[in-house]
Amino acid sequence: MDSRDWIRDGLHAVAGAALAVPLAIVNIPLFVLFVVSLVLTPVLGLGLVLLPLVTMLIRARADLARRLAAGYRVVIARPYRPRPERAVPGGIRHYRWLVTDPATWRDAAWLLPGAIAGLALALVSLGIVAYGAEGILLIPLWVSLGVDGYGYGVIWPIDTIGEGFLSLPQGAAILAIGVAAAPHLRQAEAYTARLFLAPTRAAELRLRVSQLTVTRADTVDAQAAELRRIERDLHDGAQARLVSLGMTIGLAEEIIDADPATARKLLAEARENSTTALHELRHLVRGIHPPVLAERGLAGAVRALAMACAIPATVTASLPGRLDTPVESAAYFAVAEALANATRHSGAGNAAVELWHTGDLLLLRVSDDGRGGADPDRGTGLRGIERRLAAFDGTMSLSSPLGGPTVVTMELPCALSSPRTSPSSGTV
Amino acid sequence: MRVVIAEDLALLRDGLTRLLRAYDFEVVAAVEDGPSLLPALVEHRPDVAVVDVRLPPTFTDEGLQAAIEARTVVPGLPVLVLSQHVEPLYARELLTDRRGGVGYLLKDRVANVAQFIDGVRRVASGGTVMDPEVVGQLLARHQPPLAALTVREREVLGLMAEGRSNGAIATKLFVGDKAVSKHINSIFTKLGLPPSDDDHRRVLAVLAYLNG
Repeated sequence: MDSRDWIRDGLHAVAGAALAVPLAIVNIPLFVLFVVSLVLTPVLGLGLVLLPLVTMLIRARADLARRLAAGYRVVIARPYRPRPERAVPGGIRHYRWLVTDPATWRDAAWLLPGAIAGLALALVSLGIVAYGAEGILLIPLWVSLGVDGYGYGVIWPIDTIGEGFLSLPQGAAILAIGVAAAPHLRQAEAYTARLFLAPTRAAELRLRVSQLTVTRADTVDAQAAELRRIERDLHDGAQARLVSLGMTIGLAEEIIDADPATARKLLAEARENSTTALHELRHLVRGIHPPVLAERGLAGAVRALAMACAIPATVTASLPGRLDTPVESAAYFAVAEALANATRHSGAGNAAVELWHTGDLLLLRVSDDGRGGADPDRGTGLRGIERRLAAFDGTMSLSSPLGGPTVVTMELPCALSSPRTSPSSGTV
Repeated sequence: MRVVIAEDLALLRDGLTRLLRAYDFEVVAAVEDGPSLLPALVEHRPDVAVVDVRLPPTFTDEGLQAAIEARTVVPGLPVLVLSQHVEPLYARELLTDRRGGVGYLLKDRVANVAQFIDGVRRVASGGTVMDPEVVGQLLARHQPPLAALTVREREVLGLMAEGRSNGAIATKLFVGDKAVSKHINSIFTKLGLPPSDDDHRRVLAVLAYLNG
């Protein structure tokens, strides 16, 4: 890490520690409010109104803690159950929704320990830095105040000005330790928060189920639509052409003796028709599973895609093996869509595709030097990519500031199969 | 003229054999999978090989790989590759040894027998024959160095890629032979191809086209 990064991260964390102090203190009135609103529920039903309000405040505070934790690479998912459709604030359903959600109680349980841990870790962090700063500023203080029996670090008390100067390097070292330790202390607080604020196993599973329900429905819909399209294409295309082909050849057969010239013309027409039918079938096959993907795998197929791209597109791929066919196919069509967007909408002069693999994650990045400002909510292309990837728990993120560049990054969890035997090995 | 055929579907293999025999080709071997293709090519050293891209056992691009491999063992071995689909990527791989004597056509083209046989003969004599579909896919692009060419020059280059002679190009574009030579020279200059034997330069120009 660059030394400037180290200092910047450290100072950032020290500022975070300073912010953590008031935030920890805020937890205390929140906890009191929560207890009060619970107690008030039987009394006049005040809690029916009060508890939801307090819970929302606590959730906002917990969400802030989750966001801050994410800054230190501690990911804490939101565990809350979705609000039932007919639950309106102030109503009994709304109240029941909140009190029956274990996450509400876990949030409340976090408030005090979270405050204590947050305060303690923040004070340790700030204390080290403050003591280090004192060492650096000690000499002028000591001289101006002239306090006897005063000391610093390992020297206690300070008797001579020479000993006083020794506080400078000590102070600098302690300050450096404080700055270096600050991010770790912040991270420790994030871990404490995670103990309470992360979803329990049951909540995690519930979230997963609702997510799978949505993506499965999407996948089934998309597949049904795809099959319908293929059926229609075959029906109106190749199938119809083959019928007409049979008719033409039959007719030619009938008249070949009586009128060979016309028969020959009909046969030429039939051949023409067979070529068109093949062309249509080829087009259809490309849309289902491109042959080049089957033959060359993802990297090769993306290279072929880039070659056919209307703007120059470079491909950087490091994928040691073959992927599972469905993943390969989803990744291919996602890249194809992103590349098509780049050429169609961005006005770009160049595009770049990168494919790589880390752990169990396939990463795809398509970037262009166009005008940017791409919005997934306009047009179906990017949303289509998202849906396609979601079926595999994949995600897409888009960065497209006005003026460009546009970068689409896609992630797909998957395993690489052992490297395929080289394509030519079978023939040697 | 001696031919080796590689095609896994018996129906098409027999069809190709019958067709080529009808035009006085001698089919010295007709193999049905990847592993037997390379030995057949090396053993028979045919005047031309007609090879399906996708062959058993992997059903990927074994035929193409075997053809490329065979050309490293027997430099310049004329190979006409057939496929249900064409990829400019594969065309480029076939052409990279810059020796000519390669063809890459859709299987559909076999239906036009006279043109197909003409293609086989041109590949056998060291020419380059690219499917119009490959050319068409590339014509859609506007990339350097091809961006420097005029519309007419792009047309001429496309026809060259299909393997047409100067005379055929002239007929197709309704211009004289002289005009075609002029365009071709201008293409060579713009693509920075040094003067050399014309056939060889034609391959390089096509390659530049594919790399574009």
